[in-house]
Amino acid sequence: MKVEIANLTISFPSPQGMSQAVRGVSMTLGAEKLGIVGESGSGKSLTARALLRLLPPAAVVTADRLQFDGIDILKASERDMRAIRGKRAGLILQDPKYALNPIMTAGAQIAEAWRNQKKGSAKEAMQAAIDLLAQVQIRDPKRVAAAYPHELSGGMGQRVMIAMMLAPDPELLIADEPTSALDASVQAEILRLMEDLVSRRGMGLILISHDLPLVSHFCDRVAVMYAGRVVEELAAGELVRAQHAYTRGLLDCLPTLSHPKGRLAVMSRDPAWLA
Amino acid sequence: MNGRNGRLAGTAASLLLTLFGLVFVTFFIGRVMPIDPLIAILGDHAPEDVMARTRVELGLDQPLVVQFGLYVWRLLHGDLGRSVMSSNLVTQDIARYFPATIELATVAIIVATLIGVPLGVLAAVRQGSVIDKVIRVVCLAGHSIPIFLLALLSLLIFYATLDWAPGTGRADVAFEGMNPVVTGFLTIDTAWAGDWDAFYDAWAHLAQPAGVLAYFSMAFIARMTRAFMLDALAGEYIITARAKGLSALRVIWRHAFGNIAVRLITVLALTYAGLLEGAVVTETVFSWPGLGQYLTVSLLNADMNAVLGATLVVGLIYMALNLFADAAYKMFDPRVR
Amino acid sequence: MSDVVKRAWLLSDAPTSRSQAAWGRRYRLWCDFSSNGLAMTGLVIVVLLVLCAVAAPLLAPYDPTLQELANRLSVPTAAHWLGTDELGRDVLSRLLFGARVTLGMVIAVVVTVAPFGLAVGCVAGYYGGWADTILMRVTDVFLAFPRLILALAFVAAIHPGVTSAVIAIALTTWPPYARLARAETLTIRSADFIAAVRLTGASSGRIILRHIAPLCLGSLIVRVTLDMSAIILFAASLGFLGMGAQPPSPEWGTMIATARRFFLDQWWVPLMPGLAIFVASLAFNLLGDGLRDVLDPKQR
Repeated sequence: MKVEIANLTISFPSPQGMSQAVRGVSMTLGAEKLGIVGESGSGKSLTARALLRLLPPAAVVTADRLQFDGIDILKASERDMRAIRGKRAGLILQDPKYALNPIMTAGAQIAEAWRNQKKGSAKEAMQAAIDLLAQVQIRDPKRVAAAYPHELSGGMGQRVMIAMMLAPDPELLIADEPTSALDASVQAEILRLMEDLVSRRGMGLILISHDLPLVSHFCDRVAVMYAGRVVEELAAGELVRAQHAYTRGLLDCLPTLSHPKGRLAVMSRDPAWLA
Repeated sequence: MNGRNGRLAGTAASLLLTLFGLVFVTFFIGRVMPIDPLIAILGDHAPEDVMARTRVELGLDQPLVVQFGLYVWRLLHGDLGRSVMSSNLVTQDIARYFPATIELATVAIIVATLIGVPLGVLAAVRQGSVIDKVIRVVCLAGHSIPIFLLALLSLLIFYATLDWAPGTGRADVAFEGMNPVVTGFLTIDTAWAGDWDAFYDAWAHLAQPAGVLAYFSMAFIARMTRAFMLDALAGEYIITARAKGLSALRVIWRHAFGNIAVRLITVLALTYAGLLEGAVVTETVFSWPGLGQYLTVSLLNADMNAVLGATLVVGLIYMALNLFADAAYKMFDPRVR
Repeated sequence: MSDVVKRAWLLSDAPTSRSQAAWGRRYRLWCDFSSNGLAMTGLVIVVLLVLCAVAAPLLAPYDPTLQELANRLSVPTAAHWLGTDELGRDVLSRLLFGARVTLGMVIAVVVTVAPFGLAVGCVAGYYGGWADTILMRVTDVFLAFPRLILALAFVAAIHPGVTSAVIAIALTTWPPYARLARAETLTIRSADFIAAVRLTGASSGRIILRHIAPLCLGSLIVRVTLDMSAIILFAASLGFLGMGAQPPSPEWGTMIATARRFFLDQWWVPLMPGLAIFVASLAFNLLGDGLRDVLDPKQR
């Protein structure tokens, strides 16, 4: 499995002409863990969603190359895309409160994902859903399977989401800010669970976040995005060697216990970064 | 469980209040308004002593509060008074005219739902396309056209010009009163009796008024369906469903439509209630012997007992439908359950 | 100022004054609105309709009451563009004057209903508690009634005519406004800026009048515009059933009612006022739809 993105541009029509949200992004990914970091509006989610062609209908996408395992996403039929979505690549969204269907039980939603690819009976699917719930370390999978999303806590909901996306055994998992809607105490738990499952299954992972240290902790490589571009890409262990002023600025804004500072630095943005 | 009982009590209380309001408003219109009910009953030229006696008989000499109590008391005993025009009990009249209206409204809402819901879904899924625009305009036209104009146009085209449809009324004179009344719905009673000519005739007469009403409510249903669907399709869970690799049909019907179904039931209940109103005008144009026509004829004759009785009955059905919509919500939506 | 400069000033990302920001916002709304062809069509028709109503005496080729019995039920001709009615009156002239009656009724209903509904809704929403319960129960009672039938019963009990029709329509139209204003008020009431205003010592009345009511206006305007078409149809239905404006008033619904018996032979006579109602009501619907898309995008 290999993801290749070259010179990806995503733009939206606006009253003042087309406005570009992603401007010439390139990256490649194998069976590894890639973190994409950036502030809101930097185009990180759009880049990831373009890979599954789940952008809003108004979006205009161009790219020199946008491939998933040799399949050209830009030219693929809707049928081909459905073979990728779910089956080969899963997507985890930010807030399970909105990302889960409110009128279906958690179990039914997982079973649906499982059944869509594996074609079993309804009973088998429900059993598979309960097994999956156990795999994401839910203590009482039967009860959770019968619960509606509004009856679940945020962390619980996100586990359901992960179980649902793992149901068809995909090769790549895209997690779009999977923990930013959760309590701080649950965040690490969910990330560790996800990392564990991904490593054990030998899957690729794209972890999108605005939290640079967190991402570098869980990923092999980090791409930093700013205003629709990748401004820097480096191995997670080499963050200290970051070149770009934006990345440096992000790191300087962080308080540390080992080197306390009187006053935290404030990001000063250089208009040249936009060029 | 306490919360649930509390909610039930709240619903019951608000229901009683609404019911009281309904009765009060009809009483208010009937008794406090400038028209002297005696003149409506006895005419302008009745002798003084007859006037006075009737006044006492009807309790009109009592204070208003007592009169209201009397009014409620009679209502509780199913007494809506006597129609001046037909000199029947108003309840008898209503029982006779009502099935025709229900028959009309029911056929109309079934047709409207079967067409309106898919159209609304289609428009939402293809938002901004030509087909969406066409559906929007068709719906807007349905909202904008006066129903009596639609009814008259239908008569002009299908009856007078093309001669496809029979004229006004509920059945041809030849079939009038030929079959025993079982349900009061001609389309069922004629089939029950095995009189297929009359059966065909009943449907043929029904087609035009039901079609007019159906278009009118189809426009509303399609418009609401479209709005709800747009709302649902913008939900994050739709992205999730698509990311799972589900087919477009399944995403649209299971996930998006599944989420609006309950809200649609509410709309359908309200539309059905609206049809009872739309029936007033439609029945007048098509001489359809239903409650609506009964109401307008009574209005023109200042037959207030009949008017208020019919108003009250339609109001009650309105309330019942609202209640049903509410109950449906609580039954089928896991978030409120 | 050239047009380009003006446009740049309006669309500036960093307005330098409050009025620039306000006008910039209005300009953007107008850009959105004017790019919607259907909504613009609606606006143009509504403006034309108002002009016709205002200038009816100047535009009408004949006196709308002038009878020409020798020329009854005439087909549209060069002399009578839309034909004549059953008393030989010029239909076009009657339609133009009828626009005054219809629009007059609509305006009369709106100016009574909108402020009343707004007041009830804001008070109920702002004070909550008993005021809310009582006001909303009353609203519910009116909502529980079939509107047309309540209006018919009401008009029949007083006296059929324009005034009672307006009262009856108003009586049955205000509840949704109260509901809407209350819902808006509930969301605004708990906002921080209201707390800030309260801290500066503003009275409840002032808060409602100066801070809450203006914010409810946007959705109220949308609702009013969409309702206009319903009110037009409502008034016409009352007229058609003989409970609205009375002949010889050139109210459109009433005109259809009197001309209805000629429908199968001289179909154009009742058709003309019917089309007038349709066009007027469609125009308000188009306008309201466009306004909603611009002012209230989330309710589409």
